Amino acid sequence: MKIMLNNRAEVIEGDVFSISQIMVIKSFKFRMLVVRLNDRLIKKEEYETTLVKDGDDLKIIHLVSGG
Amino acid sequence: MPNFNQIRAILSQKTIGIAGAGGLGSNCAASLLRSGVGKLIIADFDTVSDANLNRQFYFHDQIGEIKVNALRENLLRINPFASLQMHAVKVAPDNIDFLFSTCDVIVEAFDAASEKEMLINYILTNYPEKPLVAASGLAGWGSAESLRIIQSGNLYVCGDGEREAGETDPPLAPRVNIVSNLQADKVLEILLKDRF
Repeated sequence: MKIMLNNRAEVIEGDVFSISQIMVIKSFKFRMLVVRLNDRLIKKEEYETTLVKDGDDLKIIHLVSGG
Repeated sequence: MPNFNQIRAILSQKTIGIAGAGGLGSNCAASLLRSGVGKLIIADFDTVSDANLNRQFYFHDQIGEIKVNALRENLLRINPFASLQMHAVKVAPDNIDFLFSTCDVIVEAFDAASEKEMLINYILTNYPEKPLVAASGLAGWGSAESLRIIQSGNLYVCGDGEREAGETDPPLAPRVNIVSNLQADKVLEILLKDRF
């Protein structure tokens, strides 16, 4: 499937993945994240159950300390 | 293109909330005030320390002062007629409505990632229509070209999203200033969109 991940086109082999699976595939490992699927906020407890499909716009934004 | 008076006429009607008055918040506030933003609401519970002076908009003789009091002094030196509402409180889910519900745009300017996450989740859940300009990833020096803005709906996140501040990769003035001013510039862009 083809999705937009953080504004970049990404092709992932397969039809449908959960957000948790995409985090493993794309090796996102920071603890603090903001996840938005098609501009909708996805909470931590929904990462396993929320499915990403072809054409979706996914943002996985790291939050790191510093300011 | 508009002249500065025309820009200021619009910005003077706006209220911006800034959560945190450290490296991001203090510098962002100064740029917004210089640009003519009408009212700033700023919240931070901390006091000025020696370690802050490598990047924050405070001065040596202000060490020990409550940050929002010191920042009020400094901002009033830029514009003595500025409308400033300063709150010496720790921003938390139970006071965000009170502090920021009247703001046109909110700036997330915390240090700790957990607080960033708290504010972003609260605003996206309770005020999805309100623009929120956050920051993540600004430690160290160099690679200024990696500092950028990711947008998702009304959320904007400025920084590189990676360089975490710590003992061995401290935040330093240049990159902190760049990111705080990316935030300020994004606020102006939001406020001035479709106005000229």
